Amino acid sequence: MSTQPLLQIKGLTKHFPLKKNLFGRGDVVRAVDQIDFDVLPGETLGVVGESGCGKSTTARLLMQLINPTAGEVIFDGALVGGRDLPLKEFRRQVQMVFQDSYASLNPRLTIEDSIAFGPQVHGVSKQESLARAHDLLERVGLAPARFAARYTHELSGGQRQRVNIARALALQPRVVILDEAVSALDKSVEAQVLNLLLDLKDAFNLTYVFISHDLNVVRYISDRVMVMYLGQVVEIGAADALFDNPAHPYTRALLSSIPAMDPEHRTEKAAISGDPPNPINPPSGCRFHTRCPVAQAICAQRAPVLGSPHSAHPVSCLIYEPESGYQAEVKSEVTA
Amino acid sequence: MTTSTSYLTATQSPAQPLERSPGYWQSVLKRLLKDKVALGAGCVIAILFFMAIFGPYIVPADPYQASILGRLKAIGSPGFPLGSDELGRDMLSRLIIGSRLSLFIGLTPVMFAFVIGTVIGLLAGYAGGLTNSAIMRTIDVFYAFPSVLLAIALSGALGAGIFNSLISLTIVFIPPIARVAESVTTQVRMRDYVESARATGANAFTIVRVHVLGNVLGPIFVYATSLIAVSMILASGLSFLGLGVKPPEPEWGLMLNTLRTAIYTQPWVAALPGAMIFITSIAFNMLSDSLRAAMDNKR
Repeated sequence: MSTQPLLQIKGLTKHFPLKKNLFGRGDVVRAVDQIDFDVLPGETLGVVGESGCGKSTTARLLMQLINPTAGEVIFDGALVGGRDLPLKEFRRQVQMVFQDSYASLNPRLTIEDSIAFGPQVHGVSKQESLARAHDLLERVGLAPARFAARYTHELSGGQRQRVNIARALALQPRVVILDEAVSALDKSVEAQVLNLLLDLKDAFNLTYVFISHDLNVVRYISDRVMVMYLGQVVEIGAADALFDNPAHPYTRALLSSIPAMDPEHRTEKAAISGDPPNPINPPSGCRFHTRCPVAQAICAQRAPVLGSPHSAHPVSCLIYEPESGYQAEVKSEVTA
Repeated sequence: MTTSTSYLTATQSPAQPLERSPGYWQSVLKRLLKDKVALGAGCVIAILFFMAIFGPYIVPADPYQASILGRLKAIGSPGFPLGSDELGRDMLSRLIIGSRLSLFIGLTPVMFAFVIGTVIGLLAGYAGGLTNSAIMRTIDVFYAFPSVLLAIALSGALGAGIFNSLISLTIVFIPPIARVAESVTTQVRMRDYVESARATGANAFTIVRVHVLGNVLGPIFVYATSLIAVSMILASGLSFLGLGVKPPEPEWGLMLNTLRTAIYTQPWVAALPGAMIFITSIAFNMLSDSLRAAMDNKR
């Protein structure tokens, strides 16, 4: 791939310390552990995984809302927070839409003031910021004359999320991180907002990082999809390739949990059961081996390595690592 | 890296007028005006303030004019509508003029403590972590003493006088207000809109000013109004003990003190300053309760 990635994430790690116990030994929650991935300009990268797998922590790390324990984020070739790209400038380029449309708008501000806040922080005059806010309201399908001077509690969930999108766009960012941005909406409203997002992406040349637990939505909107499990990336691939030919056992399990539209193909038993293991003490070796249907003894000892993020379809599984000690023939015997 | 501004052409302000809805404080006021208790308490407070401001013009007699013959007259005596005190001064006039000092030393400490306590609480709440612990544990030291004891101790240490009792009462009220401010700020700081404001790159001061202050001021204000009653009682207590206002200045707490010797001869007259303190603190308490209810509507 020749295009330079817009966002490069290298070894990003976030450990949340737990309260130290009596003997002073503090455990940590390994919310995100050593993840690497790229976001290409103009693409929509979907991020999927069970709840608690570190999707939202990743979003917050990308946004620099929390400090990473380790790792770096490189935006357009420049290290974020470094000399070439101070944090404030980075924040103008990357914006975020949160899941809870109500909590993410200040109840004391009118909608136009909420949207105009960001530009004003970056030195745009009040008048121009408000004009920009009205323009954006128009773009997200809310008539400025009716909505600009309203307060959040007077709006419906869908309308509020449109306002949040407008607010994120007010800084004219290049990347928008959508953290479960449509998950809380009704299905019909969700579809409208998704289509709005697609329109805006074309109009403003945006790049999306789309985080969701809804696999159908992710498939619909994403160009590439990244699957996370227990704070790690297990597979990244083009949306169609990944959904049609999932390589990692976890991805397969996740995809087979999508309810079938055809009753003939109804899934009879859960593809994957139980809760993910505790991220304080993740399993040794491959983190998925405790729930993996094709795990072998070696999986508990050796941690698989995700291929280079620049390759087309990196997978983190010993099955695909030659000489890893995983015996393919054993698996075929079992299935036969 | 060129950032195009072309896609957002700044249009002129819209031709049609914007549909506006009443602001938050406007709707609080509207709900408050519908509340009969709040209206009643508001009227009482208005009358008290009227007394305090226009006192010198409405008093029937000179509040400092003593008379040996007119001592401890009963309520309704000719020339003394509310009786007279132990030096023969007109009670009605003294009560009216007394409202000035009593309201002043009741309200001022709360106002100062509101400003200082809010700043401290905001700082601690927004900073969080170690800064929060350092500030709040220091506050807790003051909080550990009962407020009456602390006020008396501080006043005693600073010496008698109005100014010193104002200072000591202010110090007494800073810790509870700072606590409330800190807890509300900590809650608001976790909200997504503060997070998204941080994501715009705004500095802490701007975020606090635009996004935090408006959402924390209400609850702190309600709490502070509930302290006015306490402040009045404490201030009266200090005067009663001789640590606040000095005679012959009329002040309700001081009057209650000097008249206590007359409790057997003229109990009703002796009770009047106490009744004024009671009515005033009840009125402020009820108003703050109604204010809390009016602001509590889920918005």
